[in-house]
Amino acid sequence: MSPSTSSGTGDGPATGKDAETGGPARADAAAPATTASRRPSRWAWLGRLWALSTGRFGLIVVAVVALTALVARFWTPFDPQKVEISNRWAPPGWPHLLGTDGSGRDILSLLMAGARTTVFVAVGAGIVATLIGIALAALGALTVRWVRESVAVFVDILIAFPVLIIAMMISAVWGGSLWVVIWAVGIGFGVNIARVTRPELRRVLHSDFVLAGRASGLTPAQNLWRHLLPNVAPVFIVQLSWGMAVAVLAEAGLSYLGFGAPVTEPSWGLLLAQLQQFIGVHPLSVVWPGLAITLTVLGLNLLGDALREATDPTLSRSPFATRRARLHIPEVVS
Amino acid sequence: MSLEVHDLTIEIGDRRVVDGVSFAVPDGARVGLIGESGSGKSMTALAILGLLPDGARATGSVRWNDREILGLADRELAELRGDEIGIVFQEPRTALNPIRTVGRQIAESIRIHEGLSKRDAAARAVAEASRVALPDPERVVARYPHQLSGGQRQRVAIAMALACRPRLLIADEPTTALDVTIQAEILELLLSLTRDDGMSLVFITHDLAVLSQIATHGVVLEHGRVVEQAPLSQLLSAPASVVTQELLRDATATLWRPGGAR
Repeated sequence: MSPSTSSGTGDGPATGKDAETGGPARADAAAPATTASRRPSRWAWLGRLWALSTGRFGLIVVAVVALTALVARFWTPFDPQKVEISNRWAPPGWPHLLGTDGSGRDILSLLMAGARTTVFVAVGAGIVATLIGIALAALGALTVRWVRESVAVFVDILIAFPVLIIAMMISAVWGGSLWVVIWAVGIGFGVNIARVTRPELRRVLHSDFVLAGRASGLTPAQNLWRHLLPNVAPVFIVQLSWGMAVAVLAEAGLSYLGFGAPVTEPSWGLLLAQLQQFIGVHPLSVVWPGLAITLTVLGLNLLGDALREATDPTLSRSPFATRRARLHIPEVVS
Repeated sequence: MSLEVHDLTIEIGDRRVVDGVSFAVPDGARVGLIGESGSGKSMTALAILGLLPDGARATGSVRWNDREILGLADRELAELRGDEIGIVFQEPRTALNPIRTVGRQIAESIRIHEGLSKRDAAARAVAEASRVALPDPERVVARYPHQLSGGQRQRVAIAMALACRPRLLIADEPTTALDVTIQAEILELLLSLTRDDGMSLVFITHDLAVLSQIATHGVVLEHGRVVEQAPLSQLLSAPASVVTQELLRDATATLWRPGGAR
């Protein structure tokens, strides 16, 4: 309410008139710049994401894996399944950059092809988990009381089943394939998402601003889109990114155990299992699939955390002030 | 444009929280609902707009312009809410969505009821923000609630409620969460806005001193029942019931002005 706030707009033209030598031009150029910066861009969160070191790391890792999977769809340095006994256990070098395995297959090509499987499983499990999670959370939060409570009990029961057990159950019935991994992790994590999202949804549902939204004349559907979902999204994003990371791990783990990818499919877990038998003789070759799995899981997790931070206006600030703000300036409390 | 509440009864489970409340708000009147916490003031306000929580059942009659609106379908009530009847809540800290800019929230009811484009709605948000005397309205609309003070947030909430120029504003303890000086400013604002527009006002409070600054009539509630209703000057000078006498004694000394409503 103080008059000092209006001084910002008053100064611009005044200084322009004082400095006759090209001053007005500069003032004109400055004016549209301030109006443009005033309106926050729809994509501003991407800038904030990039400004976070964790977000940058996660984004790069996930992008590299996704791109690799895409490239491997059409091209790999060698045919990943081509056996060349004369060239077994070649050390890293040219032309086999990461060396070859016990049957002379190119490890880099195997990793690239394995990335396809990883992305396929992570995305597939992510979609299944999202659908199951949202459906269960919505049923458990937005419906009548007896449905809500039975869903809560159902979710609690399903939580008790570890993902691995679900996977083994499914693969015992339908046989091992990547779909087993997708469904197992999808169901396992969908339930997890529901368990965390449901109370969050209830909390937001009973918040004053949802009531205020209704009081402004929003229909329930409009309220859902404008107030409920955006406020639940951060929790959901973190859970989903974690679920996808678990899917990568589970694919590797299940394939390692023999419940996941069939031997003919390229898979990081399968590769790790095969190379690991020779760890005493060729320790270096085991490092590559291990590193790929670790980095991907780490990247997904960090990306999820950073996404939450970048999309929450109460946590993030302008890209350049982020680090300083977090170190020195406390949260503004009214 | 008048509101008539007749024999309103609200039950939650088998508990009666509001029991046969009747009062009228003629066009342009400023009526205060006053009572201790738990006396059913807020429930009455929510019932008028059909915003009662799940499990609460309202019977009786709420007439808005001679049209019965109690028990109306949610879709029909949604057309009324924010457009003809606006409401401001008690707690400015939680009444705003933390992840949407203030401008979008002010413009929300305008976009719903008047179908404006995004660009026009943004311009209107600035106009509405300056109407409630928010500092630097052009910039404040791009801010998030956590970047504003409590008083500023309550101004935003008022701007939201008034954006479509409703004929009736329900203010549910809008100043309780604010400190005394900000309280006076908000009351001043509400008074001038309602007077300028000839809008009716239902003001809910537990503080007779606050009510004396804004209302013309008072309805005193206790345990969900009306114990006294009279012009405010009469409540202040010759309180008939024990409840009113106690409220008078408890009234905050700092805001006390003997003249009643100005």
